[in-house]
Amino acid sequence: MSAQQADGDDTSGGDGLDWTTSEMMTIAASRALDPDDVCFVGIGAPSAACNLARLTRAPDLTLIYESGTLGTRPEVLPLSIGDGELSETAVTTVSVPEMFRYWLQGGHVDVGFLGAAQLDRYGNINTTVIGDWDDPKVRLPGAGGAPEIASQCGKVFVTLAHSTRSMVEQVDFTTSLGFGPTGTERAALGVMTAGPALVVTDLAILEPDPDDHELVVTALHPGVTRDQVAAATGWAVRFADDLATSPPPTAEELQVLRDLHARTEAAHA
Amino acid sequence: MATFPSLHDAVADAVHDGDTVALEGFTHLIPFAAGHEIIRQGRRDLTLVRMTPDLVHDQMIGMGCASKLVFSWGGNPGVGSLRRFRDAVEHDWPGPVELVEHAHAAMASAWEAGAAGLPMAVLRAYTGTSLPDVNPDIATVTCPFTGEELAAVPALRPDVGVVHAQRADRDGNVLVEGIIGIQKEVVLASDRSIVTVEEVVDDLAAPSPNSTVIPGWAIDAVVVAPGGAAPSYTHGYYDRDNAFYQAWDEISSDRDRFLDWMQANVMEAA
Repeated sequence: MSAQQADGDDTSGGDGLDWTTSEMMTIAASRALDPDDVCFVGIGAPSAACNLARLTRAPDLTLIYESGTLGTRPEVLPLSIGDGELSETAVTTVSVPEMFRYWLQGGHVDVGFLGAAQLDRYGNINTTVIGDWDDPKVRLPGAGGAPEIASQCGKVFVTLAHSTRSMVEQVDFTTSLGFGPTGTERAALGVMTAGPALVVTDLAILEPDPDDHELVVTALHPGVTRDQVAAATGWAVRFADDLATSPPPTAEELQVLRDLHARTEAAHA
Repeated sequence: MATFPSLHDAVADAVHDGDTVALEGFTHLIPFAAGHEIIRQGRRDLTLVRMTPDLVHDQMIGMGCASKLVFSWGGNPGVGSLRRFRDAVEHDWPGPVELVEHAHAAMASAWEAGAAGLPMAVLRAYTGTSLPDVNPDIATVTCPFTGEELAAVPALRPDVGVVHAQRADRDGNVLVEGIIGIQKEVVLASDRSIVTVEEVVDDLAAPSPNSTVIPGWAIDAVVVAPGGAAPSYTHGYYDRDNAFYQAWDEISSDRDRFLDWMQANVMEAA
């Protein structure tokens, strides 16, 4: 196996399979979902992971998108959270107020699966601005449904590409609450849901320390070194004592993911 | 009872400089044709309200129609940034745009409260986030029954609400299918409403007694605008033009390129 540096690089498995680091990220993220989960899906990387899970090991997974589509089973990945495919293949489509008020706030969703522009050591997410809100260096799209997905789903998974720009000591703006600026605020504010339970990047898997809630590396993807992860993380990241290696992608996972991307590309061309 | 004016007359009657105007559509049924008519009529100083401002709002902001934007997610879905929106926020071009920034749960609730004639929406939201620090419209109230502290935001009650839908019958009853978003709430919450439709038919042919139908007597103007949601889509009529959403990233990347495109494709395309 060869160690890889950048998102999208090829990696070779010992069994002759090749994959990219971004494929590894999607596949590792897809494995986090339980087959009977009800999952609120963010667009982009989470959407690929959730649909890969549904098309492989979790066919009964219930996927919800914020456009009001409950139990959707898209054949291709949606470009937006409101593609027609999501409504056509859903069990039912409800209004957006009903989506957020009854289904999410009402406590009917097990897992929220989110992406992030910035994620900090306590799992807080920024998708609003880089720099000051009043005078931003980069104006990002904003919150969307994420703040309440992060506080009202039973637990939250996050997936994003690993770099010092994205994995930061402290977010510039808390769009969505993780464990708070010092790791203690989520509980202090009375938010009863579990919060960030798992972070899947293209290099590794991180989980919150049960005591201080700091994100700790619990697994490295095949071929990735501790030094690589440390260099790509914006804080002095800790590694678990029983640091694991993620199982490499299987032939089936790679095939289903590549077919899904090929169908998606053809549909959106 | 709804009237059936032309798009030009409906917009000229309803939309005035300084108004608060909501063009809604939760990634589906986005009223592009109506937005382009507002641009052509040269409206200025508008407060635009939209949960998910995308290309039509990028166009309205870039053409100088807006002085304020109330929103909860502003981007080009699946592609990236709104470059004209960012140029306005980051560099005040073509002018400054004040932002009133929410999350979806609060805006959806604010639409519902507007439709229900209430002054505010109450919900469980924003806990531990930075949004209340930058938006004075995010407040808290205490539940008189349980003592729980909850978020409160003002109801959305715009001067004008504009949505697109599949079709209307001769009485102006409107059928909305697929992702229904907040179409009904916008019509009911707005002082003046415009619904653009693909076609007007003798029989609405609603597929079920529970279909989403907005009665004509609750709408001010129904406007026939075939293709009026393109390049977004109208479920059952035409698909989203994903290639255009991708192409917009390049068209909107440069001020002159954007202005040339708007001149050729909107200003001279009545």
